[in-house]
Amino acid sequence: MPEKPSTEPEELPRAHHDLGGVAKYACQPVDTEPHALTDFDKQVDAVRSILGAKKVMSVDELRRGIEAIPEETYHRLSYYQRWIRSIADNLLRRGVVSEEELRAELERG
Amino acid sequence: MAELAPGRLVQVRSDWPEARGPAHIRTPHYLRGRRGRIVRRLGEFPNPEDLAFARPAPKLPLYHVAFDQAAIWGEGATGDELLVEIFGHWLQEVPAQ
Amino acid sequence: MAGVIEADSERLLVAIESLLAKKGLASPQEIAERIALTDAASPGQGARMVAKAWCDPAYRALMLADGTAAAEALGIPMRGAPPLGVLENTAELHHLVVCTLCSCYPRAVLGYPPFWFKSSAYRARAVRDPRGLLAEWGTVLPENVRMRVVDSTADYRWMVLPVRPAATDGWGEERLAGIVREGDMIGVTVPAAS
Repeated sequence: MPEKPSTEPEELPRAHHDLGGVAKYACQPVDTEPHALTDFDKQVDAVRSILGAKKVMSVDELRRGIEAIPEETYHRLSYYQRWIRSIADNLLRRGVVSEEELRAELERG
Repeated sequence: MAELAPGRLVQVRSDWPEARGPAHIRTPHYLRGRRGRIVRRLGEFPNPEDLAFARPAPKLPLYHVAFDQAAIWGEGATGDELLVEIFGHWLQEVPAQ
Repeated sequence: MAGVIEADSERLLVAIESLLAKKGLASPQEIAERIALTDAASPGQGARMVAKAWCDPAYRALMLADGTAAAEALGIPMRGAPPLGVLENTAELHHLVVCTLCSCYPRAVLGYPPFWFKSSAYRARAVRDPRGLLAEWGTVLPENVRMRVVDSTADYRWMVLPVRPAATDGWGEERLAGIVREGDMIGVTVPAAS
């Protein structure tokens, strides 16, 4: 059981959310400025938290849904935009809402 | 697997489940196949790999494991460490040398 | 399934909220209450814990052994929150917290995670070049200080107990809490007497 040789980790399959050490960010500065959350951000956060407390969906289901977003979209969406998309995905998977219901509601709105 | 005592040398499984289909893995890519040292047992928690798919999730032991940071990247300051929560089923005991 | 969840995010939120209200899963009032509850958690709470630990050795011991109990001892609500672990910085060891896989953060004691903590650059760089990362905040550790980067991957949430700055002898807890910032409790900065 030799320790993994020091190959470039990029050679092995890596999920796009699994960012530890990823070389393309090595020289990217961190935006250390504060960014206030929007009303949208807080609403999404609250919906997730209520669904978690009511055992409608777990944090790991939220994460799975976020990780399932295609890479290009993942990096384009804001943090809470990823969340609402994952919440919708999980509510459909769990059968809490049906696709028809959601589509009708979107058209109404 | 027997409980891993603090100080025990372990190796993270060199496994890549994300290559086999939908998966939710909490063992970071950069630690797969790497050797570390058990710092403490943090308790038992439901397996997130099951929770993520709303499957029944057995509780598994969770450990805090320390890794030599410079050894992983081939860069960095001597003595710097990484300390990471890793579930027991990802850890293999390494025989004492 | 892919199609419908690709809708515009704002519209998706409105639709989901409407459906959850109809199904009795989340009313607008519950959402408003939850936002108020989350807004109540702020770095000021963690700062109170840090200041107390600097002044009271018994509290410091409790905080290092059981962060959740230490938070509750100050009236910080922890019910339903993941267990809290506290990492003690010393003259020889400096901790930095990151979540490389998502953005796990000790929200119960620090509030919403800041923008930088959730950024790809922070998540990628913290485990590989932590000293270079700290320089973004102007934080320079002496070479004899070892770094321990804590990647928050699972069920705990982690906060840092920073080193009490010099020249704060005789300060009360409230004044000490006033110099402890969010970043000090994640490890990107260190508190200073000011």
